[in-house]
Amino acid sequence: MILNQFLALAAVLFCIGVYGVLARRNAVLVLMSIELILNAVNINLVAFGAFHDTVAGQVFALFVIAVAAAEVGVGLAIVLLIYRNRQSVDVSELDMMKG
Amino acid sequence: MIVQNLFFGMLATVMGLAAIRVVTAQNVVHAALYLVVVLGGVAGIFILLAAEFAAVTQVLVYIGAVVVLFLFGLMLTRAPIGKTANLDNDQKVLAAVVAVMLLGVLLWSQFDAFGRAILEPQRVGTTGMVGDSIFVQYLIPFEIISVLLLAALVGAIVLARKE
Repeated sequence: MILNQFLALAAVLFCIGVYGVLARRNAVLVLMSIELILNAVNINLVAFGAFHDTVAGQVFALFVIAVAAAEVGVGLAIVLLIYRNRQSVDVSELDMMKG
Repeated sequence: MIVQNLFFGMLATVMGLAAIRVVTAQNVVHAALYLVVVLGGVAGIFILLAAEFAAVTQVLVYIGAVVVLFLFGLMLTRAPIGKTANLDNDQKVLAAVVAVMLLGVLLWSQFDAFGRAILEPQRVGTTGMVGDSIFVQYLIPFEIISVLLLAALVGAIVLARKE
């Protein structure tokens, strides 16, 4: 195996996630795309950890997993609040702060 | 060696196709289920990289907890179960252009920097070392993560409860 095959896979996942964040209308689907991006980063961390023969990459990947879990919890709570206030989770309608 | 590359190819193909379905599926529940495929594939990649503890945590936390949270979020926001035509906004083409350009830049810079550097995991069974590392070298970040999780728990309850 070469390092670049893992990096290329992570890059593909990352870009698919970026496309999802930009193109999706439903806030929950945007959060799912963010999970794709975080997983791409985790693949990179673990691959570089194996490349440099250290476990630090795995440790950081575990930290990212924990932070992602917290992020999903708070993010979905915010989405629920938006739904309760506006009866919609369409992110393109959320322009209240636009001047 | 060959077997590892074979498994990598299979996992990467399945993950790529499933990830594309996550961001293009017109059914929100199907998108969540394709996300399960991608997350399971990431766990398989961790196994290939001899990071078995990360793989198990990935399955437990992501597939076990995060996807369930997503499904609850979809149900509680009464997203239409079934085909809907308007899950994508009108910036689709621009978003695809941005994503493809970003992919090109990333791939080019990665191949420029690392070329054909060989990656062979030297050690297997690193769970003990990961535990040592977390509780010695990274003890303070670990404790901060626990406080962060508590804050997220309290914050989610405060945000989501009814007045």
